[in-house]
Parts: sequence; C-alpha cells; structure tokens
Amino acid sequence: MSSTLQDPRVIEFDVRTDEMLVNMGPQHPSTHGVLRLLLKTDGEVVHETTPHIGYLHRCAEKIGENLTGPQWIPYSDRMDYLAAMNMNLGMALTFEKLLKIEVPEKAMTLRLIIAELNRIASHLVGMGAYGLDLGSFSPFLYAFREREIVLDLFEELCGARLTYSYITIGGATHDIPKVIPIPPGLAELTHRSHNEKIEWVDALRLFLDWLEKRIFEYHTLLTRNSIFIKRTAGIGVLPRDMAISYNCTGPVLRGSGVDFDLRRDGEPIYTRMYEGYQFDIPVAPFEDAPPEVVLGDNWCRFFVRMLEVSESIKLVRQGLDRYPTAKGDYRVPFKMSTKLPKDEAYLETECPRGQMGFYVVGNGDAEPLRARAKSSCFCNLSITAPLCQGVLIADVPAIVGSLDIVMGEIDR
Amino acid sequence: MTINEIAVALSDRFGDRIKDLNNEATDPWVEVAAEGWDEVALFLRDDERLKLDSLCDLTAVDYCEPDPKKQAKFGHDEHLEVVFHLYSFVHRHRATIKVKLPRWKDGVVGELPACPSVAHVWAIADWHEREAYDLLGIDFTGHPNLQRILCVEDWVGHPLRKDYEFPKEYHGIRN
Repeated sequence: MSSTLQDPRVIEFDVRTDEMLVNMGPQHPSTHGVLRLLLKTDGEVVHETTPHIGYLHRCAEKIGENLTGPQWIPYSDRMDYLAAMNMNLGMALTFEKLLKIEVPEKAMTLRLIIAELNRIASHLVGMGAYGLDLGSFSPFLYAFREREIVLDLFEELCGARLTYSYITIGGATHDIPKVIPIPPGLAELTHRSHNEKIEWVDALRLFLDWLEKRIFEYHTLLTRNSIFIKRTAGIGVLPRDMAISYNCTGPVLRGSGVDFDLRRDGEPIYTRMYEGYQFDIPVAPFEDAPPEVVLGDNWCRFFVRMLEVSESIKLVRQGLDRYPTAKGDYRVPFKMSTKLPKDEAYLETECPRGQMGFYVVGNGDAEPLRARAKSSCFCNLSITAPLCQGVLIADVPAIVGSLDIVMGEIDR
Repeated sequence: MTINEIAVALSDRFGDRIKDLNNEATDPWVEVAAEGWDEVALFLRDDERLKLDSLCDLTAVDYCEPDPKKQAKFGHDEHLEVVFHLYSFVHRHRATIKVKLPRWKDGVVGELPACPSVAHVWAIADWHEREAYDLLGIDFTGHPNLQRILCVEDWVGHPLRKDYEFPKEYHGIRN
C-alpha cells in the first residue's frame, strides 16, 4: 500500500508499531453515563473495539416482576432519563394492550403533545452533546437553554423535571394546567415580564414559534459547518443490511436509508394516536447534503435527528389545535391491584433513540410473571465494534456519539 | 402473512419440529423444537414468503413458582421459554416464536439447558443471547462468545431465575 499525505490512515497502516490496549471510559462525556470501551490500537488506528456494559445494572426487570404495572412505571423514567415521557408511554401502552384498555381521544392527544415535546427535548440534548463530542461548545449551551424551557413546562405540568411518571396506564395523572407563571427562560428570550402569568398552552406555542426560528442557527453551527462535516461525513458508515441485522432502530436506521417509523408503521394501538396528523419521516439520503456525505454515516444519523425536531414541532402544534375539542377525559380509571390475565403482550414504540420494546407476561396476579424491557440503545451500541474497525481514535467518540446512547437504557 | 399461514409454511417444511400454535393470544405464537431451531431460524429469515429479517427481541421467561403455597394456583409446568419477536421489513408482518426448554438439562440442578444459537442468522442475537445466558441461564450452543454481559464475569447464579437467591456477600462486600 502506498502512503499519501491526504489520508493519515494509510500512513498509519504502513508504519506498524506494537499493538496497544487503550481503555476509553468509563467516564467519557460522549457516553452520557458509564461505558467502557476497550480499544486495541496500533498507533492512531483502532483495530478492535470491545464495549463493556453493566456498570449501571439496576435490575429493573427483576424489580418489575415484584411490582404491579403502575408501580413499575417510575422505573421506566430511570431507564431513559432524557426521554422519560416516551418510556412511560411505551410501558403504559404495553399494559393497555395486555388488558385491552381503550384510551379516550383527549388522553391520546395529550399523550401525543407530551411525547413529542419530550422528543424535542431529547434531540436537543443529543444535538448539543454531539457538538461537544466533536469539540464545539456553543451549540451545547444553546441546546440546553432551549431544553430548559421544555423542562420548566414539564415541571408546571407534573411537578418533576426529569423523572416524570406522568403518563400512566389509562391516560395521564393530571390534565394540562391552565395558568402558570411564565418560565424564566422563555420570558428572557421573548422579552416579556418575569411576573407575567400565561396559559400553559400559550407558553408552549410561544416556545415552539421561537424554537422553529432557531433551528436554522443549528444548521449553520453544525450540519453546514466545514469542520463538523470533516469529522462526520464518510465516517462510521453503516450499510442498510447491517443496520437491519443488528436491529438498529430510530434515527440510526433511518440514517442508513430504511424508511421505517413506528409512529406510522407500528401496531394499531400505537399508530391510532397519530391518525390524521400531517408529518414527514426524514430518511437518508438527503438531496441537500454536502457532497462528502455517504449514506449511513455519522452526518446522516445526526441530520435525521435535526429534521425530526421540526417534525415534532409540527405534531405538537396539530395536537394543541385538536386538544380543546377532543372527546372524553384525560384518563380512564385504573386500579393499582388490577389482575393481569394469563396472556402476554409485546409492544414497541418509537422513542427518540429508537424502538423501545416492552414485554409483559401475566399469570393471574397483579404482578407480571415476566417484565422485560428491550432497549434500542443496547442494539445500537452493539454495532460500535464493527463500526470502529480501522478508524482513528479521534473518530471513536464521533461514532459512539452519533448513536446517541443513554446508558440507563442499555444497562436497565 | 398471518401467524396461521406462517405456521403452515413452517409445518410444510419442518413437519414435527413445529410443535404448537396459539392464535388466540394477544401476540399469537408458534412453538418450535429446540433441536434444529437454528435451521428453522435461517428459513424464517430467507424464505421468500416470510423474510423475517429483523429480530426485534430475544428473551426468556422462567415458568416456575418457588413458593409451595402458590404452586397449586400457578397452572404451568416448570420450564423455560425462549421468546423471539420477529419483524419483516419486506412484507411488514410480525411473528412470535417460542422455544421451550427444561429448567435444567436432564433434570440435574445447575446444568444449563441448551438452545442452538442464532447469532449467525441475526447479528443482534449475539448480545441478546449473552444477556439471556447471563440473567436466565441458558446455554446457547454454537455462540461465538458466550460470556456474561451485564453481571461481572465471576457472578454466581442467574438473577432472573425465579428461585434465585441473592448472595449474602460478593468479594467481601456485604449486603
């Protein structure tokens, strides 16, 4: 192999040195938790990657077998703490599927607004943190500024900022609040008085209008930035067949060019929530992508996430329009001690990080015989070993970060 | 295809190895014999009519009731079930496959029951099988790297078994 100055990898392959074992983590910032990557390197080139997981293992499944459904819901918050509402929703829907509970239209609309809003918050962290992984700091601060307002709205909604347990079996615990003090961040950004009282719904609309304009800023800072493109385009390329075989889901799958989203293609109990809503599902390849971009690389995965924020804004707006006229109540009564039938149900929902599956086996008791959570990040992380072969060490955080993993979900 | 059609297609090809079909459950399932399960899996993935190319979930359920007072009400024979949830991106249909195993191989307590590995059929099965081995104690024969994944390597026992007893101490660390 002849070496060229353009590609450092080629030179590195030519000048072979001794292999070295490098421990990355357990506290690497791109892992949002504790992940240890064991890299076998030759100079700057990574030959083999072994992810070691299990540092957080909190036995959520074992605990779930000793609790009833509503009692298990708070544990789903702790699994994916960045998108806890979506996890609540998945778990609640699985129990509803098993018990054949129908949720009224109003509860469904409310769930859609909350779940999509949490998707926005989660993608904002994913976007900001990924910029940080690649060494750009400002987008991280901007993203957290925006996310703060969502958290303020959630705090007014259910009293919690991270572990909500708000969506439960049969609907949600409360209805949307009426008048709230304006979130300080929102007052600051829209030049309003801090003492103002505002309807929760209006505060949300105000935030969406403001965020929509700011998305352009993210594109300038990240996806159209030449340094960002150099660090992401053509790196960590995940072909379509491999993505399917490794059961990669969510933005990782759509970044590899598979047009699949459970909000449209899932099971009826989940898709009826999204019936009649207008939204697009962003799938790679993108026509307006920079020329260096390859289908299924880091850039595509990231760009899918960026576009999904705009789609979620659209969905929340439509949900807010429907909410005042939606029929029924925000929940149907559900007893804590309801016995589960001798049956089983498996349901996947589209969480921000991918498809989260819950599997519940009932046996006549209120506690399930088996409570299982299949996590999307577990599958997404398992491709790091093949993806990180033959890349430079500096590309490893770029690849791991582009999968947007949350360790709580992997270790459960 | 519906689960009935999938069961017929499998029975035509494999005969007695397809043991049971339950089409009344919320998620209808087909039961496959443990021996030769990897061949059936390959057929499920590659057959033109089925094309179940995605393994959504692989897990196991321990049917056991350690409490003697509750045993009469339990209503199941003691066994382990490995459950596979499959999805086809080509035909957009789902299927649930079960493989029933004894709780212990040949009834000897401590000997793990064996199930053929399907890590070469669906790549994700590699990690899911390691997880099922770790937490429920199933020996996936033919797996390239059957090691614990969530617990530490020298952990004793399989925590999601129903009769698992929590250890009093681990390397001198007491509860």
